[in-house]
Amino acid sequence: MSVKILGKSKGFYETYERRPGNNQEQTHYCPGCGHGILHKMIAEALVDFDVAENMIFISPVGCSVFAYYYFNAGNIQAAHGRAPAVATGVKRALPESIVISYQGDGDLAAIGGNEILHAANRGEAITVFFVNNAIYGMTGGQMAPTTLIGQKTTTTPYGRTLQNEGYPIKMAEIIASLESPVYVERVMLADVRSKNAARKAVRKGIKNQMEKKGFSFIEVLSTCPTGWKMTAPQSEEWIKTTLAENFPLGVYKDIADQVEPLDLSLNLAPPERVPKLIGLDQDKMDFDTASMKLAADIDQEIKIAGFGGQGVLSLGVWLSEIGMREDLEVSWIPSYGPEMRGGTANCHVKLSRNKIGSPLVTHPTVLVAMNRPSLEKFEADVVEGGAIVWDSALIDVEPQRTDVRNIPVPATRIAKEIGNSRVSNVVLLGVLAGFSDFLDPLVVQRVLPLIFKKKHLLEINLKAFEVGLGLGRELTD
Amino acid sequence: MAKQFVKGNEAIVKGAILAGCRAYYGYPITPASEIAHAAALYMPMVGGTFLQAESEIAAINMVYGASGTGIRAMTASSSPGFSLKQEGLSYLAGAELPCVVVDITRGGPGLGNIAPEQADYHQVVKGGGHGNYKNIVLAPNSAQEMCDLTMLAFELSDRYRNPAVVLADGFIGQMMEPVDFPEPVTEFPEKTWAVRGVDRDRMNLVSSIELDPDDLERHNQKLQRKYEIITNNDTRYEEYQLDDAEYVVVGYGIVSRLVHTAINQLRDEGVKVGMLRPITLMPYPSKRLSELAALEQVKAFSVIELSNGQMVDDVRLAVNGTKPVEFYGRMGGNVPSIKELVHEIKRMMRVL
Repeated sequence: MSVKILGKSKGFYETYERRPGNNQEQTHYCPGCGHGILHKMIAEALVDFDVAENMIFISPVGCSVFAYYYFNAGNIQAAHGRAPAVATGVKRALPESIVISYQGDGDLAAIGGNEILHAANRGEAITVFFVNNAIYGMTGGQMAPTTLIGQKTTTTPYGRTLQNEGYPIKMAEIIASLESPVYVERVMLADVRSKNAARKAVRKGIKNQMEKKGFSFIEVLSTCPTGWKMTAPQSEEWIKTTLAENFPLGVYKDIADQVEPLDLSLNLAPPERVPKLIGLDQDKMDFDTASMKLAADIDQEIKIAGFGGQGVLSLGVWLSEIGMREDLEVSWIPSYGPEMRGGTANCHVKLSRNKIGSPLVTHPTVLVAMNRPSLEKFEADVVEGGAIVWDSALIDVEPQRTDVRNIPVPATRIAKEIGNSRVSNVVLLGVLAGFSDFLDPLVVQRVLPLIFKKKHLLEINLKAFEVGLGLGRELTD
Repeated sequence: MAKQFVKGNEAIVKGAILAGCRAYYGYPITPASEIAHAAALYMPMVGGTFLQAESEIAAINMVYGASGTGIRAMTASSSPGFSLKQEGLSYLAGAELPCVVVDITRGGPGLGNIAPEQADYHQVVKGGGHGNYKNIVLAPNSAQEMCDLTMLAFELSDRYRNPAVVLADGFIGQMMEPVDFPEPVTEFPEKTWAVRGVDRDRMNLVSSIELDPDDLERHNQKLQRKYEIITNNDTRYEEYQLDDAEYVVVGYGIVSRLVHTAINQLRDEGVKVGMLRPITLMPYPSKRLSELAALEQVKAFSVIELSNGQMVDDVRLAVNGTKPVEFYGRMGGNVPSIKELVHEIKRMMRVL
């Protein structure tokens, strides 16, 4: 049950040492099987084009799973259907290599339908060989997506029906309908003439890849005498009379000559340049923490809440950024789970001299409420002796608590007076910096330029901060 | 180097790039999408590849291909997407290919929700895909560790030629904290097994197929020996207030942060309680747990998870019936308050 590839190409290993058993001269393919012929065409082309050593062969699942016994090249064996995805990962990493993705009909057209479609649609610069023999050979002669109507297989014992399984799928036609592929042809391995045409297609598909033209797809109608329960000559005849009638041969697409070679070059940055390239070199500002006017003991749990779009989350991030430069432990987390219901966006900020455990704030020391639902929702949670800073220009009720500091700030009105209602959160930041002992105004003023890089934005935000700071300081008088 | 205030999800990508990762293949899913966003932003800057794949299955197989060439490659997803990657992970483990996969766990089963859970423990730590394999699993609990453990994941994954998973949750992914980013990695292990399309690699084969039962058994035995070595050399955990602890709380990831605060409160009340936080979930700090269980002062263990109780199995195996092991869990994306935790830890102790 094995057949020797006559006149072995240098594209194959000298002896097939990976093949188990004593017969390491011949392939494992059945007599009359098309795989050996196609393997040979590929190997010869690679040797002729002097790229055999550059080939990376992606072995599929199915009879050709053992292609790595034979090809004298790096081999990567892929999961069922996934060869085009594996080939994508390989080719993107090694654009100079010649990546051959080789699949049978079940592998490519059934379980791997998605992978082949998208590799083709992306125009991966690989060469795909699709061996269509209308049956699952290795698993025991089951129906393939390309099995013909009426064809009997072990899973269509009464013959494939239109009603139950639908029409055989025509992959060359489907792939050719996509814009990216540069070359799509269907050939067959029957008589000498058709094999010559197949050889030509194989060479063209590989040449296209060498010239970086893009995605080439060669569908090969191939024999499976064992699966078809035929002799080798009968099989070749059946391809001609029946299979090729259902899957018409020919070039379905060829724009290889019309397209420019793809630029596949990799420009990998040397490691030492990487930090700068991913933005890790910015902000080497030194802050003199010793001169900051901060409390010795800081353990603030701040909740900021309001409508989406009021800059609630941003205010939290800025507080944290400032805290970080004050050498405090900080954490920020947006609202989560049940808290997200009911018209408020909120975030939790912790600023502490000690390591922060839970990042969640359930009982804030400071509540910044930027709309009425937020005030009503979280007022009760504030710790005794804590503070509620609220936008009195937007909220038409007063906090009811008498055991906390009540700090109304007409932030939205002030922001409008300054010229942009969106800076109300920075007004509130100023108030916090003014009355609290955990924000140093000098640090805030140095951090704001890091946040607002455009000059006009920085100016208005600095102004908003100044006004807020003034209000906050009045509270401490 | 630079200290930045970043989201955990972004820290992962910056850490990965500093670790030399130059290929990211992924499929968007909440709450892991920010990892893809950051990778899409930064990978091209360093000449790396970012590709949004057609599916999670394709993405992990692209990683398989990229890793087969010897480069450092990764993907990231969240629970339902991680389920889809299981096929590929089994192949990667079988072919002994390194790779890093991040799982930002969300609520399940099925579509579940996008809130944080820890219910992927079983599918990530116990393998999940078919066959006798294990992933290396690292469980960060801060933005800093999202960076550090991602970098470590690449190192361990290369060293042992084994997939490494960074198992986090929506909380740690979304949380912003200062991260001290380290210097980029400049030295990488040589990968003589890689397939690079050059003459010297022509005998190299990346494959997980072993037809002969004896060969496959030998391959599996080799994998098991590897897991033993990983366990001996690279088990990591953090201890908090364990010196005089009578009660040991075990929690990983975000839970460990909550427990940390709860322990501070319990200690203020005079309760002698401490925490063991596994940092590596595979290898699991079973040995340390056994040691603690053998201490006379230790009366009981309580395990807290955002799940129906998955890691608790490993604690019970390690403690092996010598001391009581209690469990408290929340599901669906609900997170216990500190008050609730303090109450539950006390309750578990009273029950004991």
